[in-house]
Amino acid sequence: MTISADHTALGQHSPEEPAGNHVTEGAAAEAVRKFGITVEDYMLPARHQIQMVDQDGTLNPHTEQGAQPGHEYSLPGDAELLAAYEQLVVGRRVNDQNSALVRQGRMAVYPSSHGQEACQVAAALCLSDGDWIFPTYRDSVAVMARGVDPVQTMTLFRGDWHSGYDPAKHKVGIQCTPLTTQLLHAVGVAHAAKLRGEDTVVLAMCGDGATSEGDFHEALNFAAVFHLPVVFFVQNNQYAISVPLAHQSVAPSLAHKAVGYGMAGERVDGNDVVALLAVLGRAVKLAREGSGPLLVEAHTYRMQAHTNADDATRYRQDSEVAQWVARDPLKRMQTYLTDRGLLDDDGAARITDKAEAIATQLREGLGEDVPVDPQDLFRYVFSTPTPQLKEQSALLADELARDASAGASSDTEATK
Amino acid sequence: MSPTVTTSSEVNGNVSAATARAAAKAAATAESTGPQTITLAKALNTAMADAMHADSSVLVFGEDVGMLGGVFRITDGLTKTFGESRCFDTPLAESGIVGMAVGMAMNGMRPVIEMQFDAFAYPAFEQIVSHVAKMHNRTKGAVKLPIVIRVPYAGGIGGVEHHCDSSESYYAHTAGLKVFTPATVADGYRMLREAIDSDDPVMFMEPKKLYWSKDLVDLEGLRAEHAANAERGTSSEGRAAVARPGTDATLIAYGPSVPTALAAAAAAAEEGRSLEVIDVRSIVPFDDETVCASVRKTGRAVVIAEAHGFASVSSEIVARVQERCFHYLAAPIRRVTGFDVPYPAPKLEHYYLPGVDRILDAVDDLQWED
Repeated sequence: MTISADHTALGQHSPEEPAGNHVTEGAAAEAVRKFGITVEDYMLPARHQIQMVDQDGTLNPHTEQGAQPGHEYSLPGDAELLAAYEQLVVGRRVNDQNSALVRQGRMAVYPSSHGQEACQVAAALCLSDGDWIFPTYRDSVAVMARGVDPVQTMTLFRGDWHSGYDPAKHKVGIQCTPLTTQLLHAVGVAHAAKLRGEDTVVLAMCGDGATSEGDFHEALNFAAVFHLPVVFFVQNNQYAISVPLAHQSVAPSLAHKAVGYGMAGERVDGNDVVALLAVLGRAVKLAREGSGPLLVEAHTYRMQAHTNADDATRYRQDSEVAQWVARDPLKRMQTYLTDRGLLDDDGAARITDKAEAIATQLREGLGEDVPVDPQDLFRYVFSTPTPQLKEQSALLADELARDASAGASSDTEATK
Repeated sequence: MSPTVTTSSEVNGNVSAATARAAAKAAATAESTGPQTITLAKALNTAMADAMHADSSVLVFGEDVGMLGGVFRITDGLTKTFGESRCFDTPLAESGIVGMAVGMAMNGMRPVIEMQFDAFAYPAFEQIVSHVAKMHNRTKGAVKLPIVIRVPYAGGIGGVEHHCDSSESYYAHTAGLKVFTPATVADGYRMLREAIDSDDPVMFMEPKKLYWSKDLVDLEGLRAEHAANAERGTSSEGRAAVARPGTDATLIAYGPSVPTALAAAAAAAEEGRSLEVIDVRSIVPFDDETVCASVRKTGRAVVIAEAHGFASVSSEIVARVQERCFHYLAAPIRRVTGFDVPYPAPKLEHYYLPGVDRILDAVDDLQWED
């Protein structure tokens, strides 16, 4: 694959050519051929969110999965479903273990994805080895599911550094706190890969509140104009801290925003890992085959507060939370797999043990008193420290040396 | 002679056969004569072209930089020479341009991006401050962002509102960004090559009123100098320059204020006063050594900058020099800066901009005994 000659759509037209975005026309025309539907039906999400396994763990009949012509999805394979279930159990255990560590004061903060584990797991599992993922601060479970060490994943929240893993090594962007800014990084990674003729797909994650940010718009538009293989994955968990979705957007759905950028959108039950694997899997496949970017919105729910510093009872009713307890992503998957005979007691016990081992690893790793090196403050600001940073580094070293010689009890004297 | 520096192109592989052909063609037609009179614009343009020849991972993008060649024509011809995959227009969105550059740099490219005007870069501020500046630090050096953000800045061109800001202090205040600003044609070439070579992000502040200033420059010599520096691992990065030697007082200036300081020094010479002019060149890292050596020698200093004086690069320079040269000073350090007002309309800007007379008044104020 060489550089697509049409990667800069605008400005490429010869004077005789009519103006217009022929990239979009190309992608859409391809979709019309491939799926036998209109351009509008390709870009607009299905009329209902895609759900394959309902909240009771029953596989919906094909006709009731919410799909429509051109939006059909096939059931993922058994091995894929079992692997996903294992990650769901691990993810739930990690969420609850970390929340406990925060209560015990062993972690500074942890934005839990309890209730959103299906989205976390599917986001990681739908990608191939060479693909990239760009997570937010709430996506630790997805980061771990991409193979990053659990303790390294949590370094940000332990408080000894801003990130604990090498993004390039794992092809996992660092967990991003400024909302949606990471979507543009995803676009850039995809753009570089495309220029080099690589078939990398990039999955970019954000939440419902983040879709109000300007960078959401810029990222989707850039990805569409440059025709890049990016899957934008919005976890609509209904609240941006305390502000409900109705205050962020009055669009028919967040997935409908795709059509404004000339890309295809889809919405999916975000607590149904089967549907998520199917929808994200197809989106990744289409992107890899050259469809350009896609937008997937998952309906899910943040079961706990935004972080330990938040009080969710101030802005939402227990009855609402209770409705979502019934839609739990783990419970329905356990029922479904057990009913199909894919999961028995031994299998379940093995998965529980694995989750418990990771929880132990987190307790031990995060309980450890990791020594911090104050000189790290200066070491990584630039590739080579400036003369000014060298001076400041020497100043701190001198201060610490004097503290050490004066003894811990005379700190005040030593800094005079 | 063509540049011999190759940075990460081996790692990235060839972008495409078409690009290689374009580069070969451009190399064959590159001018190869001795010293010639060129503009700062041409020097910057040549620096980008040479860097693109040398390294296929160097990409140029921004608003109107493609077919048009940029509103100031600094990227003129790059699309034609290197193709639309190497120099291209983006949608009109500055945060998008910088954010995409972050991702491209994470994935092996060396983006050189243009913010069309100083004040138009503000939508990208979050990407610059929260990501470009911090990525290396938060990943403990695992991710380097070799991005050059070119910003045509400052006034003196009769520009309308939002086209004349001196925004360097915002960037200089942000840990993790290098901030360069050339004042001469040769430095335009030299410093932009060094910025593109840098593994750290560089805010490259281009004094737009100097774009069409001309100088006799030996481009071949500059290329040879760059190649030799690359071979030795040396550069002029982070060094200030003595733009005019003198003995009685030091004028410290950067970017658009350097020619003004030189004019003031020339006028002072006619009155029998010898002023040394220091061209700061690199705001970050700052060359305390060269600046302080001059002030210790002359014992008097005036800092000149177009930007507002309050909480600015000029205040930083005064603080640094005072801390290091206090016992050498015969008088308090003076500043001649823009007033603390929004950049004025064209008919008022000459009241705002530091000029020769205001600089000479400040020099006169430096407690001369005689």
